[in-house]
Amino acid sequence: MSAMPLLTLAIWVPILAGALVLATGSDRNASLARTIALLGAIAGFVVTLPLAISFDTAIAGMQFIETTPWIPRYHVNYSLGIDGISLLLIVLNSFTTILVVLAGWKVIESRVAQYFAAFLVMSGLMNGVFAATDALLFYVFFEATLIPMFIVIGVWGGPNRVYAAVKFFLYTLLGSLLMLVALLYLYRASGGSFSLADWRALPLGMTPQVLVFLAFLVAFAVKVPMWPVHTWLPDAHVEAPTGGSVVLAAIALKLGGYGFIRFSLPIAPDASHALSGFMIALSLIAVVYIGLVALVQTDMKKLIAYSSISHMGFVTLGLFLFERLGVEGAVIQMISHGFISGAMFLCVGVMYDRMHSRQIADYGGVVNTMPIFASFLMLFAMANAGLPGTSGFVGEFMVIMAATKVNFWFAFTAATTLIFGAAYTLWMYKRVIFGAVANPHVAELKDLEPREWIFLSVLAVAVLWMGIHPAPFNAVLEAPVADLLQHLSKSKLP
Amino acid sequence: MSLTAADFVPIWPELLLLVMVCVILIADLFLRDDQRNGVYVLSLLTLAACAVVTVVSAGSDVSIVMHGMFVDDPMSDALKVMVYLAVGVMLVYSRTYIEARGMFRGEFYTLVLFATLGMMVMISANHFLSLYLGLELLSLSMYALVALQRDSAESTESAMKYFVLGALASGMLLYGMSMIYGATGSLEIPRVAERIANGQANATILVFGLVFVVAGLGFKFGAVPFHMWVPDVYQGAPTAVALFISTAPKLAAFAFAIRLLVEALGHPSLLVEWQQMLAILAVLSMAIGNITAIAQTNLKRMLAYSTISHMGFLLLGLMSGTVDGYGAAMFYVAVYAFIGLGTFGMIMLLSRKGFEADRIEDFKGLNRRSPWYAFVMLLLMFSLAGVPPTVGFYAKLSVLQAALDAGYIGLTIVAVLLSLVGAFYYLRIVRLMYFDEPTDTAPIVASAGARVLLSVNGLAALVIGIVPGWLMTLCQQAMQASL
Repeated sequence: MSAMPLLTLAIWVPILAGALVLATGSDRNASLARTIALLGAIAGFVVTLPLAISFDTAIAGMQFIETTPWIPRYHVNYSLGIDGISLLLIVLNSFTTILVVLAGWKVIESRVAQYFAAFLVMSGLMNGVFAATDALLFYVFFEATLIPMFIVIGVWGGPNRVYAAVKFFLYTLLGSLLMLVALLYLYRASGGSFSLADWRALPLGMTPQVLVFLAFLVAFAVKVPMWPVHTWLPDAHVEAPTGGSVVLAAIALKLGGYGFIRFSLPIAPDASHALSGFMIALSLIAVVYIGLVALVQTDMKKLIAYSSISHMGFVTLGLFLFERLGVEGAVIQMISHGFISGAMFLCVGVMYDRMHSRQIADYGGVVNTMPIFASFLMLFAMANAGLPGTSGFVGEFMVIMAATKVNFWFAFTAATTLIFGAAYTLWMYKRVIFGAVANPHVAELKDLEPREWIFLSVLAVAVLWMGIHPAPFNAVLEAPVADLLQHLSKSKLP
Repeated sequence: MSLTAADFVPIWPELLLLVMVCVILIADLFLRDDQRNGVYVLSLLTLAACAVVTVVSAGSDVSIVMHGMFVDDPMSDALKVMVYLAVGVMLVYSRTYIEARGMFRGEFYTLVLFATLGMMVMISANHFLSLYLGLELLSLSMYALVALQRDSAESTESAMKYFVLGALASGMLLYGMSMIYGATGSLEIPRVAERIANGQANATILVFGLVFVVAGLGFKFGAVPFHMWVPDVYQGAPTAVALFISTAPKLAAFAFAIRLLVEALGHPSLLVEWQQMLAILAVLSMAIGNITAIAQTNLKRMLAYSTISHMGFLLLGLMSGTVDGYGAAMFYVAVYAFIGLGTFGMIMLLSRKGFEADRIEDFKGLNRRSPWYAFVMLLLMFSLAGVPPTVGFYAKLSVLQAALDAGYIGLTIVAVLLSLVGAFYYLRIVRLMYFDEPTDTAPIVASAGARVLLSVNGLAALVIGIVPGWLMTLCQQAMQASL
């Protein structure tokens, strides 16, 4: 165990870097702000590397534990710790922050410092969510992420940004306020503790379990987002600037899935079993119905947003099958979706920066002017469609395998996504990239510049690596998932 | 019976303040207009001296002096220090504002200090008479302050409303107290509690009196359905005075509620009665306050409705009927008072001679004009909305926790949902500041002191939010040691 408070660093380095960026002030110092932001993001990523290197995959419980009393009055501790699941998400998050900073490097011209500061602060807060082992600490980080995201969408977003930002904020706040009531209830039921470990061991009757489960469900379902509380996501995605979309898709959506793993399943296992049919039904509706909705989109960002919802359906499906493959597949799907959706939004951003349009109809024949970009987009589109050899395949395949064990029709329904996913992604690809050059603007397009090269190729490597050699990811997940399933197999009814 | 020297030790801060107000009043007569700053400085020094005396003499024991009229306990010490701080900050914020509006005169300061003295007496009252005296000293000074801008029809109108309704409330309170006196035969708070506990009091008369006392309290807190005066007074009063009304007196009103309801009428048989009354007031205040605030275009009016909803939350903490709950309510009122200071401070910061920045539109594009103050206001707004990591969240959390502990699950859920409604209009301010272009492009003028203090105030919302433990513990311990 390392003596350095690595998790504290993972949280506070980006936040302090964000404060520093903010201190550069007005747009006259824009280049300084950019440089500090990039250095801060890299520093934030570097401090998470020792976590990954010295992580012990044999341990199922928490590692790198830190505990300090925080609010003694309510026995709240600043307690941090990670298992394999959190580790992957923390590294993914810190990694994505670098890409986001690079993606906004040239595009953002007004209030530069505030833009980068918001992302750095958000990155630190997200790490806090994934590392907190105290429920109140979790909640504080969970809610605090709303503030920078609200600002990012509202200030740098598209024409309808105000509506999208307010909808995003109020939707998610509604969910989390009910969760707060559940947290307070559990605090009382456990005799005055906010520790997740205590809650995990706490016996609870069926009715409280169901109520607690439902309160958590509202909070996390909005975040995932699950059908039918997904409607904020397309709005938020479409209006957000590229960086905002990337963080939303790659990281913020993972808070929901992570919440299910950390709260709903271990704290209310009996309710989870009892309501698993309901959860599976919602997930399958998301997979199929939202997949169909994605098919008819005319706006590229909206299409990817709906595709995200459909892919996140796999996460919730995998979790509520109570199978090792399902849960591991769900986490793999979360990570993989982080790479792929991030890459897809960055690609749309690359085109949007040049053409200022997200409409599929405005494009066509881009391959003629941007061949390298077209190849990258090809790879990511294939990954989005779940082609074997890319990361998109691994998670979906694992979840479908698990579903076959439980019920053939679950698996069958879920597997339709391989068709719909391919259909909407590749159809979009065809219309945007191939065909005759649609208009003079497309004819003037310039191919990737070095900065774009960097972030797209890094993501391409990640997508392929995870697709070809997923073993290291599985190895990290094995112990915590086995532990979770073992915990789930026992009833907590008193 | 005669008073001994020991009787005077706990009332040192009150005596000091009284003497100093008289000194300021007289000194003001001899000052020319360009020397008026002396009054301002002297007032601040007086508050600082009172704070020092209070802190130095603070202990963990309860001492009752002046023939049972006056009590000095940890709760009163803590609340008094908060009152000094709130009044002092208010004086700094309003310095430029009142000068630009011709209110920079000795009267303003003496009235504010007399009101402060009234609050201190209320906070330390151990007797219905001293409680009432303190309240009237506070209220009368307040009426005069609201009307201080003599030429403004709006101010005069709101002062009139404030006075009439305030007098009505005082009447109710007095009537309720007289009923309680009739039932128990005493005006001394511990004595009243003792008689009720012994079963010597007629329950019907007591409950009858209790209803009037709660109604009077409702007026003073501005809780629905006794809230009619709040929006008009906030809007009509000069912003400096609105700031004053919305902050320090809430601290005193909290002490008032504790002394009356908990210390005098806290017997379990009566507790049930007032819990039900407060429950109705709390829910109505949260609902009507939050929902009506959405429709406001005047920021001061919006803040008035926001205050009403916050008082609903405060009552939720009080009605839990446990020491934990009272501690939570005290934490809530302290947090609310300081966030309120900052918000009104921002209005005054953006105002200038001949221009009141009291419409919501006036905050449009503040991020363009001054990113720093937009950030300060953002922190204050999220704090009022109760979004972590700002301090407002912990205030809400502790009250909800207390309510849940007392078994009010339904009320807790209602409160949570209504605070979502509240988030909507606080968010609107943030939206205007950050997402819109400015309509008003005048540079911001304010004294250096106000600028620094306002920044500290805003940052405190964040910093105390990151380390809230000590303040919570302080409120809790003060409550535990006093009850």
